[in-house]
Amino acid sequence: MSPQGVGGATLNPRLQEIADDFRDVPDKDRLQLLLEFSEDLPALPERYAAHRDRMEPVPECQTPLFLAVEVDPDDTVHLFFDAPAESPTTRGFASILHAGLDGLDADEVLATPAEFSGQLGLQDLVSPLRLRGMAAMLARIKRQVRDQRGQAVAG
Amino acid sequence: MALPQDPAPKFREYAHPEMIVSTDWVAEHLDDPGLVVAESDEDVLLYETGHIPGAVKLDWHTELNDPVTRDYVDGAGFARLMSAKGIGRDTTLVLYGDKNNWWAAYALWVASLFGHPDVRLMDGGRAKWIAEGRPLSKDEPKRPTADYPVVQRDDQHIRAFKDEVLAHLGQPMIDVRSPGEYSGELLHMPDYPQEGALRGGHIPGATSVPWARAAAADATFKPRAELEAIYRGEAGLAPEDDVVVYCRIGERSSHTWFVLQQLLGFPHVRNYDGSWTEWGNAVRVPITRGDSP
Repeated sequence: MSPQGVGGATLNPRLQEIADDFRDVPDKDRLQLLLEFSEDLPALPERYAAHRDRMEPVPECQTPLFLAVEVDPDDTVHLFFDAPAESPTTRGFASILHAGLDGLDADEVLATPAEFSGQLGLQDLVSPLRLRGMAAMLARIKRQVRDQRGQAVAG
Repeated sequence: MALPQDPAPKFREYAHPEMIVSTDWVAEHLDDPGLVVAESDEDVLLYETGHIPGAVKLDWHTELNDPVTRDYVDGAGFARLMSAKGIGRDTTLVLYGDKNNWWAAYALWVASLFGHPDVRLMDGGRAKWIAEGRPLSKDEPKRPTADYPVVQRDDQHIRAFKDEVLAHLGQPMIDVRSPGEYSGELLHMPDYPQEGALRGGHIPGATSVPWARAAAADATFKPRAELEAIYRGEAGLAPEDDVVVYCRIGERSSHTWFVLQQLLGFPHVRNYDGSWTEWGNAVRVPITRGDSP
């Protein structure tokens, strides 16, 4: 069965590759892979590091997480995340979304299935509340993309 | 052979000083035979980022729960788990973790269901160990497996089920969740079910004492006199009371259970682990909304 078959939704090639990487390794290494993602989350650029109030809090994540979304005039989406080092799981999820969605165009981001986190094979390793936190990040990203694009058209 | 108690004066004030050790004590005894230190965190990846050298990981989510039924592992499962971690029935087990030892207290409570004879919390947990600049290691410890006996889980004395809580209505109860969860007014985010419960509020008669009030700023437990002022003074509990504590799934209330039973010496304290994710979804159980019990 192809991974695309799970949940019936198609992922963009970068997210698909990440999902395949997770699903191809045994449980124990899956957590290690998530840890590597958490270590690779890019640092915030100065315009957010100095202005946390310009970012949106994601309270569903159990631990503090802030995100910011920028949509260029050509519809390219840029994502920014901030989560503390003592929350590696939350950082790992943010980093997966960054690696899988940053730099794509708005339509591709909006096409990401809401249940994407279910395709990483982490259900038995990470609590359901945490996976819901990842779904919440994605939902907020998509809402911001929609809002910003709506504003650009209206303006 | 059990290891010696931590003689710190603060601990001698507590009802059961044998249940708690300091970071100093752990550093001093780390290599002693007969001791296993285990880290239990809310964030399941935190251990992998670095832990006390030689400490094993105890994952509340994947290891202490039955994977299918909403329950803890049974006697055989607990024996397998302990044996694999190199913990024997006569091992001194010291638990520590993140967030004021929130999850470490949960693991300790589960170990207590199986009557593990010598289990202790490291006061201040992971945060204090790190704040003191003590070493962390990413190396996975290699411990010989042990031979833990199969011990029947005792759900009578420190665990409460829903029907028992219904029968307990009108008697002392502590809700350890945040004030917003207690009142039932916690913001309901669009599209996301809050806390996995259909109804908000608290069990009628329960007094609100958020769990983290028992912790000082450095994540250690407050001294006995301060704890007495909160739980006996403000909440009005008496040591002879039969007390039920609860939260969302029983984790935060394990921390309060530890405070009441082990630090203040209340003999009858039960943790209702079904907690709000059961009560707030159950049909026809009474619920109170607002700030008053």
